[in-house]
Amino acid sequence: MSVKLTASALAIAAVAATSAAARDQVQVAGSSTVLPYASIVAEAFGENTDFPTPVVESGGSSAGLKRFCQGVGTEHTDVANASRKIREKEIKACAENGVTEIIEVRIGYDGIVFASQKDGPAYTAFTQSDIFNALAPKVMVDGELVDNPHTKWSDFNADLPAEDILAFIPGTKHGTREVFEEKVVAAGCEATGAMAAMIAGGMSEDDAEDACLEVMADGRAVDIDGDYTETLASIDANANGIGVFGLAFYENNTDKLKVATMAGVAPSTESIATGEYPVSRPLFFYVKKAHIGVIPGLKEYAQFFISDELAGPDGPLAQYGLVSDPALAETQVNVEAEGAMMN
Amino acid sequence: MSDATIDPVTQPAPKRSSLHQTDARTRKRNAAEKRFKAYGICAIAVGIFFLVVLAVSIIRSGLPAFTQTVVSVEFTMTQDQFDAAEGELFKTKAYSAFFNNALVETLKEKGLEVESDAKAFERILGKTGGTLREFYRANPDELGKEVDFELSASSRVDGYMNGRLTRDNMEDSRFLEAADLDIVDAMITAGIIKETFNWNFITGADSGVDNPGGAGIGASVVGSFFMMLVVLCLSLPIGVAASIYLEEFAPQNKFTDLIEVNISNLAAVPSIVFGILGLAVFIQFMHLPQSAPLVGGLVLTLMTLPTIIISTRASLKAVPPSIRDAALGLGASRMQAVFHHVLPLAMPGILTGTIIGLAQALGETAPLLLIGMVGFVARGYPEGFISGFTDPNSAMPAQIYTWAARADVGFYEKAWGGIIILLIFLLTMNILAVILRRRFERRW
Repeated sequence: MSVKLTASALAIAAVAATSAAARDQVQVAGSSTVLPYASIVAEAFGENTDFPTPVVESGGSSAGLKRFCQGVGTEHTDVANASRKIREKEIKACAENGVTEIIEVRIGYDGIVFASQKDGPAYTAFTQSDIFNALAPKVMVDGELVDNPHTKWSDFNADLPAEDILAFIPGTKHGTREVFEEKVVAAGCEATGAMAAMIAGGMSEDDAEDACLEVMADGRAVDIDGDYTETLASIDANANGIGVFGLAFYENNTDKLKVATMAGVAPSTESIATGEYPVSRPLFFYVKKAHIGVIPGLKEYAQFFISDELAGPDGPLAQYGLVSDPALAETQVNVEAEGAMMN
Repeated sequence: MSDATIDPVTQPAPKRSSLHQTDARTRKRNAAEKRFKAYGICAIAVGIFFLVVLAVSIIRSGLPAFTQTVVSVEFTMTQDQFDAAEGELFKTKAYSAFFNNALVETLKEKGLEVESDAKAFERILGKTGGTLREFYRANPDELGKEVDFELSASSRVDGYMNGRLTRDNMEDSRFLEAADLDIVDAMITAGIIKETFNWNFITGADSGVDNPGGAGIGASVVGSFFMMLVVLCLSLPIGVAASIYLEEFAPQNKFTDLIEVNISNLAAVPSIVFGILGLAVFIQFMHLPQSAPLVGGLVLTLMTLPTIIISTRASLKAVPPSIRDAALGLGASRMQAVFHHVLPLAMPGILTGTIIGLAQALGETAPLLLIGMVGFVARGYPEGFISGFTDPNSAMPAQIYTWAARADVGFYEKAWGGIIILLIFLLTMNILAVILRRRFERRW
C-alpha cells in the first residue's frame, strides 16, 4: 500500500512540477508532405547541435496552421508546416489570438505525380484535360457543356486504356488538394473550353472559376484523408485506379508504382526545378516570431533547415526528393533578419 | 358423461419402444446435437485459422526488422579530422565523408577492384555520421586510435540482403543503382557487409525518414511504460475507491443510479473523444507539456477508469454476503468488514480487471494522436524519473502508426517488428492476469 501511495504522490508531484517548467524543445505540426523533410532536419538538428531534437507532428496543412494560430505561449506549437501558402483568413485568425508576427519560410518545391499499379493498365500519359474530362461534373462534348457522360478513360481520349475511371485524390484538409484543383482540374477546365462555355452560359467569372474546381462525388474520385501510404494501399487493391502522390513518395516506391507524364513531361526533380513539369507547388513552414528567444533553438532550427548544406541541391532533403529552391539565399537572409510577413 | 361414449379401442395404443432401439425423435435430437457440435468445431477451426494466418503474416513481415545489415570497418579518426568536422554546420555529413574514405581504403587494401565513387558509397551506407559523432564526442581518447565500427547499411542494401529487393525488381534511382549491387556483392564476399541481430531496434529511438536503419522502438517502450505507470497509479486507487463506495456504502437512490448509468456509458465512449478532451483540458487549459507521457497517461486513465470500476464492482459483488454478515455479526465495523474480508477476497478479480484495462490502454493510439505523441519524436531515453513523465516521447502503438505511414519500405518492416514487440507485452500482461486469477481465485 505504501508503495502505491509513494507512486501516486510522485505522479502528483510530477504534475505540479511541470505546469510551471518551460518547454525546451521546438514543437512542430502540420503538412504530412513536409513531415518527411522536417523529420530529416529534426534528426540532423538533434545530432549536430546541442539542442534537443524537435518534435514533429503531422495532420495536414490546415490542421497545423489552425493549431499554430491558437495563441502565443509554450502550450502552442512554434512552427507550422504547410504544403501551401497561408491564407488571408488564417492570418486573420492568427492575429485574433495574438499571433501577429509570422515568419514565412519557403523550403523548396514538391512535384505532384499521377501514378498507378506497376503492372496495371497503361496509364502512361495524361494531360490536365484528361483529368478534367474524367472527374469534372460538367464537361465539353462536341462543343456543348453537358453532364459528364464518360465512364471509361477511352471515352474521351482513345490513347488511354478502356478502364473504368477511378482516381484517388488527396482529401480537402491536405494542401496537395489545392494544387491538384488549381494546376490540374482548373487548367483542364480552361483548356477544354468548359470555363469559357460556363461564362458564356451566364455564370460570373468567379463562379465559373469555382465551378471549375469541382470533382464528381459519385465514387469515381475518392478522397484520401490519410497520407500517401493510404493512397498506395488503395492503388494496390484497385488495378484500374490512378493515385495522386508526391514525387518523393513515388520515387521511394518505384517497385510498386509507375508514373504518368503530365502534358508530355515526365516528373523529376530536374523538370520540376526548371518549371517544365506543370504540377508542382512550393513547401513552407511558418515560425511564430514571439517564440524566438523563448523556446531554445527555434531560430537555429529554422536557419539549419534552410542552410545550403540541408536544403541545397546536394543536401539530404534534395536527396530525399525535395526540389531545391533557387531563391534559397533570399530566404536565408530573411530568416536571419527575422522578417515577419506583412499583414 | 359424454366422455364415456368414446371407444377406447379407436385411440392409438401408446407406443412401446425399447431403449435399445432409437426411435425417430431420439435420432432427430441426437442428429441436432451432433450438428451443433460440428458447428462449434467449425467456429473454433475458423477462429484458429484466422489466428494462424494473422500470426504467420505478422511474424513473416516483422522478422526482418530484427536483423540489420551492417558494414564493419576499422576506422581511425585523427584529431585534425575531428576538428574539421566539428567546424562545419552539417557536422555529421563530414563524419560520414571521412568514414566513406576509410571504407574505400579498406576495400583497396583487400584488393577489391571497385569504382571508388563517393556517391555510390553514400547510397550503400546508411546514415553513419550521427553514430560516429556521438561516439567520438563521448570518447575523445579514441581519436587517433583504430576502432572497429559496425554501422548500418542503407535500407535498399538491407532489402537486397533479406530478399525484398532483387536485381530483377530494382530500378536505377537516386537511392540505389544496379552497379552499386556489384560493389555490395564484393563487400559481402570480403566479409565487410554482414547481417547481425538488430539490438538498436529494441533499444533505440525513432529516426528521420531517410534513415530506417537507425530506427528503434526502445524509447517509445519507455514512453509506454511511464504512461502505464500514470494509468496504474491514478486509475487503480480512484477506480477501487469509487467502486467500494458505490458497492458497499452508497445509498440506493436516483443519484447513484445516474452515476452507475454514466459509468457504463463512459466505458463505451470512443477513445478519440478522450484525446480531444485531453488536448483541451490538460494541454490548453492546464498547460501541461505537449507530447508528454504524463498527459498520455492522464488521458488513458480516463479511458481505463470505467473498465476498472466495472470489473471491481463485479468482483466485489461476487464475494458472498455471508462473509460480510459474519464479519458484521462478530462486531466488525462496515469498513473493517470491507477492508479485512471483502476486499482481499475480491483482489484477484480487481487485479485481473486492472491488468486487462492496462493492456487495453497500452494498445491505444487514437487519443495519443491529438496530444502530440504521434509523429516524429526522436528523443532518446529520459534523463531522470520525473523527466520520463514530462519529456516528449512516443508510445509503442503511436510509433508503429508513425512508421507505417512512411514511404520507405524499411519502415514498413519496422512497423511489423514493432507489432511483434507490442504483442509480446500484451501477451505477457494477459498471461499474468490469467495466472493471478488461477492462483488466488476462490470459489464458493
